[in-house]
Amino acid sequence: MEKLLELDHLTKVFSLGSLLSRIRITAADNVSFYIKPAEIFALAGESGCGKTTVARMILGFEEPISGGIVHKGKRGEKSKDKKVWFTEGVQAIFQDPFGTFNPLRRVDRYFFETIQNFRLARDNGEAIKLIKEKLNAVGLSYEEFSGKYPSEFSGGQLQRISIARALLTNPTLLIADEPVSMVDASLRMSIVNLFKKLKEESGLSVLYITHDLATAYYVSDRIAIMFRGHIVEMGPVEKVLMDPKHSYTKLLRESIPEADPKKRWSGAITLSDIEHEEYLREGCKFAGRCPDVMKICKSQVPEDMYVDDVLVKCHKYTGNEDA
Amino acid sequence: MSVLRDLFKDYRFALSFCVLCMLLALALLTIFSPHDPTFWGVVPRDLKPSRDNLLGTNSKGQDVFWQATFAVRNSLIISVIAGTVSRVVAVLVGMVAGYKGRGTDRALMFISDSLLVIPLFLIIVMLAMLVRDMMNLVTLGLLLAFFGWAWDARVIRSLILSLREREFTQTAVLSGTGTLQLVLKEYMPFATPLVFSTLINNMAWAIGMEMTLAILGLVNMDIPTLGTMLQWAISYQAILLGYWWWILTPIILAILLFVALYWLSVSISEYLDPRTRIQRVGAQ
Amino acid sequence: MSTTILRTEQLKAFYVLDVFGTQKVVKAVNEVDLEIMENEVYGIAGESGCGKTTLLKALYAAIEPPLRLIGGKVYYRVNDEEIDVSSLSAEGRRRLRWEYVSYVPQGSMSVLNPVIKLKETYRDFLDSHVSGKTKDEVFEIAKEHITELGLPLKILDAYPHQLSGGMRQRVTIALAALLKPRIIIADEPTTALDVVVQRGVVQLLKDIQERLKNTIILVTHDMGVQANVADRVGIMYAGKMVEEATTADIFENPLHPYTRYLINSLPRFGDKTTRESVPGSPPSLIDLPSGCPFHPRCPYALDICTKQMPSSIDLDTNHKVACWLVGEGEDGKAS
Repeated sequence: MEKLLELDHLTKVFSLGSLLSRIRITAADNVSFYIKPAEIFALAGESGCGKTTVARMILGFEEPISGGIVHKGKRGEKSKDKKVWFTEGVQAIFQDPFGTFNPLRRVDRYFFETIQNFRLARDNGEAIKLIKEKLNAVGLSYEEFSGKYPSEFSGGQLQRISIARALLTNPTLLIADEPVSMVDASLRMSIVNLFKKLKEESGLSVLYITHDLATAYYVSDRIAIMFRGHIVEMGPVEKVLMDPKHSYTKLLRESIPEADPKKRWSGAITLSDIEHEEYLREGCKFAGRCPDVMKICKSQVPEDMYVDDVLVKCHKYTGNEDA
Repeated sequence: MSVLRDLFKDYRFALSFCVLCMLLALALLTIFSPHDPTFWGVVPRDLKPSRDNLLGTNSKGQDVFWQATFAVRNSLIISVIAGTVSRVVAVLVGMVAGYKGRGTDRALMFISDSLLVIPLFLIIVMLAMLVRDMMNLVTLGLLLAFFGWAWDARVIRSLILSLREREFTQTAVLSGTGTLQLVLKEYMPFATPLVFSTLINNMAWAIGMEMTLAILGLVNMDIPTLGTMLQWAISYQAILLGYWWWILTPIILAILLFVALYWLSVSISEYLDPRTRIQRVGAQ
Repeated sequence: MSTTILRTEQLKAFYVLDVFGTQKVVKAVNEVDLEIMENEVYGIAGESGCGKTTLLKALYAAIEPPLRLIGGKVYYRVNDEEIDVSSLSAEGRRRLRWEYVSYVPQGSMSVLNPVIKLKETYRDFLDSHVSGKTKDEVFEIAKEHITELGLPLKILDAYPHQLSGGMRQRVTIALAALLKPRIIIADEPTTALDVVVQRGVVQLLKDIQERLKNTIILVTHDMGVQANVADRVGIMYAGKMVEEATTADIFENPLHPYTRYLINSLPRFGDKTTRESVPGSPPSLIDLPSGCPFHPRCPYALDICTKQMPSSIDLDTNHKVACWLVGEGEDGKAS
């Protein structure tokens, strides 16, 4: 199978505001990409770029306005059982480890419920065996896990427990929505190394959604950079991050603080001031902040071009001259 | 149980628990009552409290003490029926409206809002007048329940609306949990303190409402309740005639009941509040 | 010759909690000695739950129950005089706040009043510290302040929810610098921010420091941010300061095993070799391990590490470390 998951021109528009001043935000604009089996694909961008909306559409929590999702060759049907179709082959983990579990319930309840609902074991003994197996895969023991409430664990531990729960159904695709942003920088490796291990040992694919390009570089095979609803650059992670073509990718890449005092940031940058301002722009959404902006950028959205195996959405490569 | 031990550390719970136990004991004493509470003239009238009549007698020729036991029992029965039935309806309506949303939500909230907007008191008075002769403890309880669920249904609905957006709802969906299971297992623990405290408040309201209806003469005056006792005492001019034992008994019992219920509700809901519960959960 | 502007001596601040009858003591700050100079950016790094925020609260003299000052002292240097903070009255402390030392708490974007415009917030702040200004004068001060720091003027007429998260964070920091305080304490100002926004916030902090030539105490667990902005870094673990040095020194020559882990666990571009994060989890501050609190997770733990807490050793390059491994090597004495 070439493509495990394929998104085909997925679009989602949100209407915000009151009766008098409605604005329409295109959270995801014709987003298309695919994920191969046993591959870690990073979807990177800052908050408000649409990556979480894409994840919610894949999981069935939001309806796209147009476009489709194809999983293992089957197109997503708008039926009631869509969630069931997804939740056995596709699982997800979320950003806030303490929000992922109900603080008033013991964490192991979710494990037993998953096993019951998907009929993964015949009796309690088998269920515990399965749970132990998955807990071991994430580096935790059953004794330190059983019978406890979420508040008794640390953030990093809870996130690993969350991954263990997702692994119970032996999924082929794991959607990880900002799994390490709320974990201390020094503990992120333990979670991210897990993804690598699972990919290598069980052939799991991961859609790694993040704004942290450093971990994205470390763990993923291919990466797509999103900006205000558009994919602006996509390709193998070495090429995209070590030799960025789009100006936004360059900005992201340079803004990562390196743990080396000799490599401090030089040069000031400008940030966007008002929320939603950039979404409503005509033409290329990055034109307001781009150091290489041209006249055409402000009126026309650039097409997708392939440059050296990498997809780029920028007028510098479309060959369009200034109008 | 460790739960009771923790609760008893709060003086409000301890006191109210004792008072309620006392009142319950009073209510249970009705089994031993030597007189039928609806009969008049079973003892000499207007006697002061003595060894034979612990709380004296009233102008109808009834022993005040035994009347009081029946009054407490009946008032409690009415309030328990009113409280529990209205809780059940409020929870059902609130949860279904909150989780389903859209059409179901709008329809249910329309009904609920109508009940909130209608002047409650007038309708109760009108209905009570119509069914006065057929009124007994159960029908009165149900009547009060009918008007007691609308407000709390809305409160529970907004709780569900906010819980629906939390990430653990998504985790539960990904675990394959169906809608009904989700609402019962995930959301109920958050709703419990609400249900408890509103139950007790509702009970207090029901007792108060019953007393009001009794003063207006809209309930069956032969059945002894706190309200009817009070009404008889007033109509026989007990204050002017100085029969303090007759008029003070229902008043003091009512005050004890109200304060006890209030303290119970406050201490239990503080204990059950999800925020303090989470703190406690980790600390063990 | 730079002078000390803030000093602590064996500072001890614990949380004493009473949960339904059982008493628990959280040893958040456990014998901390700090010396912070004028005109420098001092970074405090460590995992969540190591006591950094409590240390800041103690430095800012905002100690309220259940937090209690168990021992030690905090000294400010105000007008060439050393003042013991605990000897000040509540009014004295209030006057020092914002004019001498200001505090930017974690998640400070919610500090802005959501129902008034930004210029009103400015007026609120100024009114409580500088009296007798008219509405117009206040507006002028606010405009000057905003433009000096490179932020756009139009934000003054906006409500907080209309601004982006990064802008709110920067406005909060700008407000903290309004009265030109000698010390600005920032608690995790860049956590939960996107990478580009983070850079903007750090840039603002640097600008403020260069302009006012004051001291910034920056707490963050992100060593990358520390590398970019701090002059000196102190590493905190389980309520104690385990290492302190200039930024260049800490990154080039980390001595404490925990510091080494912190630095090596960060991914670097161009290098996809496997990295390890710190093994295990941070200790509970209620139930601290005996001796050196890091020994359960330390791969080089010696027998003495389980029995006694190492004292801080002063190496000549302005580098302090509290570790038995270093103690044995340096002075050759068995301890």
